[in-house]
Amino acid sequence: MINTLELLRSLSEADGISGHEEGVRSLIQQAMAPLADDARADALGNLIALKRGAGPEPRRAIMLAAHMDEIGLMVSGLEGAFLRFAPVGGVDLRTLVGQEVTVHGTRKLPGIIASRPPHVLTAEERSQAVPLERLYIDTGLGIDSLQECVRVGDLVTMRRTFTSLNGEYATGKAMDDRAGVVSLVLCLQALKQIQHQWDVYAVATTQEEIGLRGATVSAYGLAPDLGIAVDVGFGRQQGVSDPAIIEMDGGPAVALGPNVHPAMRARMMATAKDQEIKVQTEVVPGATGTDGWALQVAREGIPTLVLSIPLRYMHTTVETICLRDIERTGRILARFIAGLDGAAAAELGLEQGASA
Amino acid sequence: MNLQAFTQARGVSGNEGAAREVILKAVQDHIDEHIVDALGNLICHKRPRRPAPEGGRAPRIMLAAHMDEIGLIVTGINSDGSLSFGKVGGIDDRVLVSKQVLVGESAVPGVIGYPPIHLIPRSERDRAPDMTKAVIDIGATDKAGAEKLASPGDYVTFRGEWAELDPTGQRTVMAKALDDRAGCAVLAELLQGDYAVDLYAVFTAQEEVGTRGARVAAARIAPDLAIALEGTICDDLPRLPEDDTSPVTRLGDGPAITFMDRSFIADRRLLNLLLRVAEAKGIPHQFKSAVAGGTDSGAIHVTGGGVPSITVAVPTRYIHAPISMLSLKDLDHTVQLVQAALYALEGGLPS
Amino acid sequence: MKEMIKRLVEAYGPSGHESTIGAIISEMVRPHVDELHTDALGNIIALKRGTGSGHAIMVASHMDEIGLVVTWVDEKGFLRFAATGGVSPVTLVGGRVRFANGTLGVIGWERWMRPDAGTRRPEMDELYIDVGATSRETCPVGVGDACGFVRPYEEFGTRLVAKSMDDRIACAIAIEVLAGIGSSPHDLYFVFTTQEEVGTRGALTAAYGIEPTVGIALDVTMVGDTPKARPMAVSLGEGPAIKVMDSGMLAHPGVVRWMITTAEAAGIPCQREVLLGGSTDARAIQTSRAGVPAGCISIPCRYVHTPSEMVDFGDVEHSVALLKALLTGPIAL
Repeated sequence: MINTLELLRSLSEADGISGHEEGVRSLIQQAMAPLADDARADALGNLIALKRGAGPEPRRAIMLAAHMDEIGLMVSGLEGAFLRFAPVGGVDLRTLVGQEVTVHGTRKLPGIIASRPPHVLTAEERSQAVPLERLYIDTGLGIDSLQECVRVGDLVTMRRTFTSLNGEYATGKAMDDRAGVVSLVLCLQALKQIQHQWDVYAVATTQEEIGLRGATVSAYGLAPDLGIAVDVGFGRQQGVSDPAIIEMDGGPAVALGPNVHPAMRARMMATAKDQEIKVQTEVVPGATGTDGWALQVAREGIPTLVLSIPLRYMHTTVETICLRDIERTGRILARFIAGLDGAAAAELGLEQGASA
Repeated sequence: MNLQAFTQARGVSGNEGAAREVILKAVQDHIDEHIVDALGNLICHKRPRRPAPEGGRAPRIMLAAHMDEIGLIVTGINSDGSLSFGKVGGIDDRVLVSKQVLVGESAVPGVIGYPPIHLIPRSERDRAPDMTKAVIDIGATDKAGAEKLASPGDYVTFRGEWAELDPTGQRTVMAKALDDRAGCAVLAELLQGDYAVDLYAVFTAQEEVGTRGARVAAARIAPDLAIALEGTICDDLPRLPEDDTSPVTRLGDGPAITFMDRSFIADRRLLNLLLRVAEAKGIPHQFKSAVAGGTDSGAIHVTGGGVPSITVAVPTRYIHAPISMLSLKDLDHTVQLVQAALYALEGGLPS
Repeated sequence: MKEMIKRLVEAYGPSGHESTIGAIISEMVRPHVDELHTDALGNIIALKRGTGSGHAIMVASHMDEIGLVVTWVDEKGFLRFAATGGVSPVTLVGGRVRFANGTLGVIGWERWMRPDAGTRRPEMDELYIDVGATSRETCPVGVGDACGFVRPYEEFGTRLVAKSMDDRIACAIAIEVLAGIGSSPHDLYFVFTTQEEVGTRGALTAAYGIEPTVGIALDVTMVGDTPKARPMAVSLGEGPAIKVMDSGMLAHPGVVRWMITTAEAAGIPCQREVLLGGSTDARAIQTSRAGVPAGCISIPCRYVHTPSEMVDFGDVEHSVALLKALLTGPIAL
């Protein structure tokens, strides 16, 4: 049995900045391979686990996508005994000050993103965000050792201990979207016990945070009949009121909007009702910003769903998530897949045009 | 190494008990007696180990290092299970964002979150984050759940784990609360020596909220002179060429001697003595080259009829932030400098 | 090589209007390749077949340049225009342009020398082109015609200055490599792409058609070595820059490693590049079809997207050497 908390811990603490996912990929491969018939990486590093269905060949296929990359930083220059850096993905620079990091030089170097002492700052200075040009990483090394150990282009990950909160929640970095990856593993595990007709591709995608790159190419390569992206959504938190907010511990949110195939969504909602799995609705009027946005327009177009696991403090190092929501997501994915058959294909419009 | 254990002990101003225990354990074999006073100061007494030179009276010297650290305190429990908090000590709001904390005596983990960048208007991103409504999230879903884990008045510390960054070079380390567990570690180290002075080593309470512990300890001891040991401001980040301003201190350049800060002007005789012994022993040292911050010396030097005082400090980057950094080379040199000064003071303060 | 560079950078070819420059390049590469064709978007695709079972490598250098396109001709014969690609109005006032039919023009600003201009910067819609016409009817160019900048190629010691160094200098490097490469185990697709400046569009369709197994873009990059420049650890004259990241792409780590170890083994100086703005054809190649490992060799360039782009000839020669070494050796990604 997969221990959700422990799997999430190992993935959250693993390194995998966009474009450099090999660290976390090997952990995901270890988790998925025993539950699948095949697990391989493609040209852009997407990990593709295939679990074959029981139906007769040629079988239809569904692709599940959850991205394994995380936002992070990259060394852009050395200045004395300090490092300058560039963000990789959507980093709010204001969340970086005083943050602990790991610089991936010739060895792993702990460091701090420098802040200036409040004692020497004016109130005016303290009211401003620190611009990128004035943010530095301090590794505590002298100039000579720094030049020996660190080069421009080296990666910088956040250094954050994964922590369980109150037994039911967990906090750490990169829950976006390692939580989604965990739900895919839980789905594969559930499918060991539940018969399914279709092939299932569980894909841990790369480079989502810089523009859905991994999903774009893996969807092209696999050409699935259906796609579901699992990502995180904006969980309710203090100080934020926005229509995009979903409830923590409310189950995955099934998106509603142009990114989502209406019949597929109806099927998912019916599955939730049948199986008594808690879900909620998230209305997204345009781009979902998830792998689903790329899946939907791959090749000739793919009926797509987007599930969002509620998450607080997205794109910070204290992303907080409810473990039950991850488990619900894994369960409902498996149940949805188990219900896919010829009738479903017809219902979802897959039988039109060329005979499939 | 005492410093590691000292930094990992939790002790926000007014709640220094845990830190005090760790420190007492480290020093108790090297002192004659100790008391814990009404404010929680740990006052250790070490009598002269040798007669004063030329039969004079051994000077009564107070060495002070504060045990307390900056932190937060729970001010209320909200209906959604989150905790409202206040700041204890001078903390820049900007460093609170996206940090892990430990709440209360049982160290319940929590986080200080921030709204997702996706929901923040671009126009706000240049301004400091608004932390007036920030809360601590301990994973409770409602008020009753949170009340099982925390109460108003619980002290909150940052989670800043110890790491040695450059063991063979700069000997830099990082941890929370180096201000002023660095001073505590220097003082603990000094207590291992034997001196011909009547030594009062005080690990003070409540420095960060107004040097309140040092004030009452000095009133009790009535020392002839005092030295405060600190972890002080170090602002030696790269600067733009047109911004050629003081770094206050530089990491690795040795102990920082204060000539004046916002709380006191150093006693000229003590200042000269420190400079003299540093030169004589070849101990690297620097001035704290700014009039910024205040230390226990501020409270001590105006006690009774006045106490000649000075502050010697270990340069510490990122003080008053969740995690800070210093060089153990500076710490060792601080011990050497103050030790040399204590020997030089055996006959009392030179006129 | 400098003669070739001069011919390439002085040629006309704003995005979408690359046939003139395309013809010049075709003529230069034809003697050195096995196949040469132009695809639907005007990309020039030159194939030099490999000797063994190597990779199919796509080397993309874009031949289009930033420019202007006429949107309106007023009654007096003045032209209003829009930009093709990233053109800043600050670089335009008093500049000269040339259209496909040879018509020359000079750019004026409505507010020039007017007291109310103050310290304002010109806006695009306050600028116009004057081709010497006196009426709409006699104007030799019309709406939809595109123009490129006019600046002579100059050598300042080892520094080369011209318009369109972005990205004709890369075209020159590619051609120089093609001419001198001898044999390679890999099928080499040298692609002179179109429409890079308006969104890497040529490379997108070229990569789809070629289906390469490795992609390399050759392009210019910015530098941090001028007064008060935005901090950047790339300087003119310190060798080609191997891109790790720009704002549109994270280079494939295996490709970056391959480039750096090849440069080091061959004793070619190189720099690592982390660019905070802009992107290259590599971005389009990388996400083509089911994905292609891709990277970029950048030529450090000052004053990018002005009419006086400056590169260092040593960097150019080192880029030639590096590309040659990359394309002739084995590849382990």
